[in-house]
Amino acid sequence: MEATKKLNGKAVAKWFSNNAIIVMMLAVSLIVGIMHPNFFSGTNMINLFKNVSIRYIIALGISGCLITTGNDLSAGRLAGFAACLACIFAQTEGAAGKFYPNMHTLPTPVVFILVIAICAIIGLCNGLVVSYLKVQPFIATLGMQQVVYGICLVYTGGTPIGSLNKNFTSLASNTILAVPVLIWIALIVAACFWFLYNKTRHGKYMYAIGGNEAAAEVAGVNVNATKIRIYILASCMFGLAGCLLAAKSGGASVNTAQGYELDAIAACTIGGVSTTGGVGTVPGVLVGVLVFELMKVALQFMNVNSSYTYIVQGLVIIVAVAIDIRKYLAKK
Amino acid sequence: MSEYRLVMKGVVKTFPGVKALDHAQLELRPGKVMALMGENGAGKSTLMKCMFGIYKMDEGEIEYEGEKVTIPTPLDALNRGIAMVHQELQPIPARTVAENIWLGRYPTKSYGPITVVDHPKMYKDTEELLKKLKLDINPHAKLGSLSIAQMQMVEIAKAVSANCKVLILDEPTSSLTANEVESLFRIMRELKALGVALVYISHKMDEIKVIADEVTIMRDGQYIGKWEVADMTKEQIIAKMVGRELSNLYPPLENHPSDEVMMKVEDFTSIHPRSFRHCSFEIHKGEILGVAGLVGAQRTELMEGIFGLRAHTSGKVWIKGEEVTIKQPRDAIRKSVALLTEDRRATGIMGVLSVADNISIASLDALRKGPIMLDNKKILDLVATNKEKMAIKVPSPKTQIKSLSGGNQQKVLIARWLANNPDVLILDEPTRGIDVGAKYEIYCIIAELAKQGKSIIMISSEMSEIIGMSNRVMVMCDGRITGFIDGKDATQENIMALATQFETAPTAAANQ
Repeated sequence: MEATKKLNGKAVAKWFSNNAIIVMMLAVSLIVGIMHPNFFSGTNMINLFKNVSIRYIIALGISGCLITTGNDLSAGRLAGFAACLACIFAQTEGAAGKFYPNMHTLPTPVVFILVIAICAIIGLCNGLVVSYLKVQPFIATLGMQQVVYGICLVYTGGTPIGSLNKNFTSLASNTILAVPVLIWIALIVAACFWFLYNKTRHGKYMYAIGGNEAAAEVAGVNVNATKIRIYILASCMFGLAGCLLAAKSGGASVNTAQGYELDAIAACTIGGVSTTGGVGTVPGVLVGVLVFELMKVALQFMNVNSSYTYIVQGLVIIVAVAIDIRKYLAKK
Repeated sequence: MSEYRLVMKGVVKTFPGVKALDHAQLELRPGKVMALMGENGAGKSTLMKCMFGIYKMDEGEIEYEGEKVTIPTPLDALNRGIAMVHQELQPIPARTVAENIWLGRYPTKSYGPITVVDHPKMYKDTEELLKKLKLDINPHAKLGSLSIAQMQMVEIAKAVSANCKVLILDEPTSSLTANEVESLFRIMRELKALGVALVYISHKMDEIKVIADEVTIMRDGQYIGKWEVADMTKEQIIAKMVGRELSNLYPPLENHPSDEVMMKVEDFTSIHPRSFRHCSFEIHKGEILGVAGLVGAQRTELMEGIFGLRAHTSGKVWIKGEEVTIKQPRDAIRKSVALLTEDRRATGIMGVLSVADNISIASLDALRKGPIMLDNKKILDLVATNKEKMAIKVPSPKTQIKSLSGGNQQKVLIARWLANNPDVLILDEPTRGIDVGAKYEIYCIIAELAKQGKSIIMISSEMSEIIGMSNRVMVMCDGRITGFIDGKDATQENIMALATQFETAPTAAANQ
């Protein structure tokens, strides 16, 4: 009897340490929820999950890069550029200060396809530089971040773009079966990523490259092609997220989505994507994004000065990863 | 004062789920070499890590120069004069030899309140140290520019510079040539004369007989016994290690090489002038071709060149009579060639991934249902079949491969290649770092594959393995193939004669 009790105690402790991040997240939201009942209101939660949806799509894009011990720092700027492009393509006809006064408003699906296609080209460049020129992903995409920002500045002239057509913006406000379309899109994207990571050769090759690139090469994995696919897919996700961001905010400027790449990397890391490669799951990334977004909203609700939120966010990243890494540290 | 320099008694160390050490024991005398032997997983390295303060032991005590001590950290061990040359060297390749030797205890000089590293003294001390050990190494050379053997010597010099009284050498010769082993032994003898107590961990029986005075044998974390080396035969030592009599070290070869040429290589030459050049050979269906040579003979480089991992300037390859162009491993795999690389951890396993992922990675094209989706059932079947066929000890297909023993990892990697049903299987040091029992199992797998008609090229630095397992032996020296010997006629002597057939005037190393 004594022994089973002891074992249970141990098992519970182990469960807590393995799920420390989720427990922490739930505890924080519960405390904030009790102090500010509005926290759990429908509008607040829906807004939170809409934000999570967009962030999740970006984080999933980056996750492939991280799993192969790479990175993609161009995420934020590219999503911002995509948002600007989407706005330009989706402006209402006859709006004052229309970017292309004579252009017809494009149907929403065409806007998405165009923007994602343009982003895919940028992703292809990233992939080629990383795989064939062997530039470290951190540096390669840092460069691309600047290039994309520059292109965006030159192209838009630095002016914000608004007056989007209703059809496009309704995407962010509409619901299907009482669930916002944005959340549906994120769920579908997540399902596709889960399938890709677990059920296809591409997924296995990606984990193999992350696990040991040299061994993957010897085993006949086309390392370059796999990496290029990963970077193209990542950029497509940034493009998609940019479109959704534009629809949600009803406009965009060159500073849209600035710094999102760092949030996404932090979220992935919190969610258990290993920076040494080969480890990371689609649900794990969701947990990471949720922790991060919950934290932000909770701090807002507690009326914490926005300057302080940065300090708290930074600490959360460090603490979360420090707790999480206990799972993998070899016991001596 | 006791007659022992250091005594470890009743050492118990438990890891989650495993009792790594179960009352292990070790007694070291000054001026003697103690060989510590046992199969992989017997607990040799764990015991040494307890002595060196890397692991904390659960039970047991250490007596050092007659008094009871605790050694909580490696720094304590070093301060007491216990030094360790690790199995895997951890050098800083971008810094010089001297900087590596004095790392953490650089000689300093002070200008008032500012203390700086005394570089002239450091290099002078290093020079004297290396001279004392009769090592021909430049203190200013970047460590990364040295050979593995030289790095090891530097590591030992570092231990000597700390005036060590106990020196642990964990498998120091696994990557050394015969000459280098000889100079290592020379240094060990000098340390003996200085009264240092040495611990020598090695799987190589011949070396034990040459250098060790006493042998402690461990099995499953337990102390089996201690003997004078002179009183024991190789067979007796092996029997004590495995706990059973090994009637044969090698299985009988029942394969029958046919006349059909499976692969032919002609005039293969590397892009590097000092690497393999003008290599021509052929291998028949169902044949085991042993590839012998000293370290540096470019055997690995030649095979990796054929496999498309290294570039070549000239040379042709035919497989089953068809000329093929191999530019990258993928091309070779498509032509039914497989390569088990030399360094399992660097280019073989994907450590954090599961056994299932590791087995299936090279054959995913065949493990699909439909054009896109992988067939999980086929993957699990592949794991299950191989697990049974090769007796791979693994709790679940989801187990991370890094948690398996070396022998089981090697079996998983062989299974990875067999999943592609290759005709030519190149095995580069297939039993390196694997314990005696698992070695025999790997030999059986090799013999069985040859019997099934696969052509096997086996690179090995263990002379007895080459002689015991080859139908034909190909010997290389300094980038060239210097001869072939029929397996039945192969002896240490005739292989060595070909392996040292240098093209120009023999170098100093070969003369020694």
